[in-house]
Amino acid sequence: MYDSKAVASRRSGVLAAAAMSVDINTVKKIASLARIATSDEEAARLAPELDNILGWIEQLGEVDTSGVEPMTAVIPNVLRLRDDVIDADPLTGGGKRDALMTNAPQGEHGFFTVPKVIE
Amino acid sequence: MTDLTDLGVAAIRDGVRMGEFSAVEVADAFVVKVARAKPLNAFLVETPDHALSAARDADAARAAGEVLKPLAGVPIGMKDLFCTKGVATTAASHILEGFVPTYESTVSQNLWDAGAGMLGKLNMDQFAMGSSNETSAFGNVVSPWRRGGGSNADLAPGGSSGGSSTAVSARLCPGATGTDTGGSIRQPAAFTGISGIKPTYGRCSRWGTIAFASSLDQAGPMARDVRDCAILLEAMSGFDAKDGTSLKLDVPKWEHGLSSDLSGLRVGIPREYRIDGSLEEIEELWQRGIDWLKDAGAEIVDVSLPHTKYALPAYYIIAPAEASSNLARYDGVRYGLRDLPEGAGLQDMYAATRADGFGEEVKRRILIGTYVLSAGFYDAYFTQASKIRTLIARDFEQAFAKCDVILTPTAPSAAFALGEKSDPLAMYMNDVFTVPSSLAGLPAMSVPGGVDKQGLPLGLQIIGKPLDEQGVLNAGLAIEERAGFTARPEAWW
Repeated sequence: MYDSKAVASRRSGVLAAAAMSVDINTVKKIASLARIATSDEEAARLAPELDNILGWIEQLGEVDTSGVEPMTAVIPNVLRLRDDVIDADPLTGGGKRDALMTNAPQGEHGFFTVPKVIE
Repeated sequence: MTDLTDLGVAAIRDGVRMGEFSAVEVADAFVVKVARAKPLNAFLVETPDHALSAARDADAARAAGEVLKPLAGVPIGMKDLFCTKGVATTAASHILEGFVPTYESTVSQNLWDAGAGMLGKLNMDQFAMGSSNETSAFGNVVSPWRRGGGSNADLAPGGSSGGSSTAVSARLCPGATGTDTGGSIRQPAAFTGISGIKPTYGRCSRWGTIAFASSLDQAGPMARDVRDCAILLEAMSGFDAKDGTSLKLDVPKWEHGLSSDLSGLRVGIPREYRIDGSLEEIEELWQRGIDWLKDAGAEIVDVSLPHTKYALPAYYIIAPAEASSNLARYDGVRYGLRDLPEGAGLQDMYAATRADGFGEEVKRRILIGTYVLSAGFYDAYFTQASKIRTLIARDFEQAFAKCDVILTPTAPSAAFALGEKSDPLAMYMNDVFTVPSSLAGLPAMSVPGGVDKQGLPLGLQIIGKPLDEQGVLNAGLAIEERAGFTARPEAWW
């Protein structure tokens, strides 16, 4: 079902232009975008793993999708509008400060607190 | 007296109604079983008080001569992806350790409103990402099943709803909730010899269910037979204004509509599901399923789902992309873990918290998702995958012009041993038969079809048209009646 050699040879596929192989610098860049601290060792371990997965995904380039609309809703549904009423549903309405704060790692005076952002 | 934990949902409901036993007796019996099953690691939190309180309500209602609620006296297990008010909810991730929701998910609330009680929160793959329950931050769930021939290898209960599958098959609860994004109800059900159904996308509200991939996530029940699944699904489903994709439709009376007479039903057999290198035992199981459905009166037709081979790679763009967005909320500010290294600023706090809190597979998928959504790659990956998703849904639509339900195997193999699949891609291949119907939002269920040479359960999958859960359940019932699946794991725990 899954053959790493086949994955490697597929590298010349349609997506090849987009998918350069994933190297350590790429991993570090996307980890930074995703806000996940990643050491050089972790990035070195992840690079071939992600490269392998993305290489396998490249077979999607074989499919002719011209004239095909990307799916936006899997089951047709109407976008509902709720009545413009405050707190119409008490579960999702306002006035829930204390409930919202109960799980905060740190809070003061009803605010979430974070490390100083501006000197 | 019969062991009450041998009874399923319908038998417990009916027995409590008839006064054959009390709801408290039932709850007590299951609470004891749960407490003694620690080696399976199926429960992250045990909530005997919740189960007993619901049971006392059921007994009091009966004593007062009231009409009992649909699930009065039935204790269940709740996958830890559902937020439960006042009960720790972690999605089996370190990053949500200590999180105690101040609200109740719609699906769990629906079950409590129907009279059910909760035995506890069930272990799972972290954030529902996995097919073996090995990605939980709180240890593997061990399947109650063992290979024949005296092997003591710990087997995977499937995933991501592995705590649910283990708990139901080990008789720790008569039914449990699961969630299914790419097969997370059906594959674990198949691995443990139980039934499970993923309804049409939109049947069950996603409100209060911790999000993985929102366009795919659907809740559903896991239980020992088809009738029990129908009963639980009826209670879980229904319109919810708090979920923008909830379907504004009445919930059909699925249990009442159950019928295994399939006269006139056309069952499609998709030729693309005969994959290279598939196991002979899986092929044989599939053929037996075909024969059983014929015997039930169905007509078998060949159908084609030409884009099947692209479903899995498309899924591994769409699901990680949505996950990378959904999981951005775990930042150490509002709930869950915060890791604040000495002297760190805000950005460092985010990065340290997320590095510390997320498991390996979750990080891997967030990184893949971030990559495929990043500037310059979005169209090549995400848009292309979304177009292929359209083609996969169209394949099903065209197949359903020629048939009413589709029959396939649920998984390409029986349960594997924990630790046996270390390559992420090899693990992803487990969902090869379940992912396409997820991408198309279709109802699909797994029912036990027999055991392999090692005595391990194998499942058959029935896929239905949108909103035709009844057709899926009925075909499942016809298989169940003919498969005569009675194998069960010997208690070793």
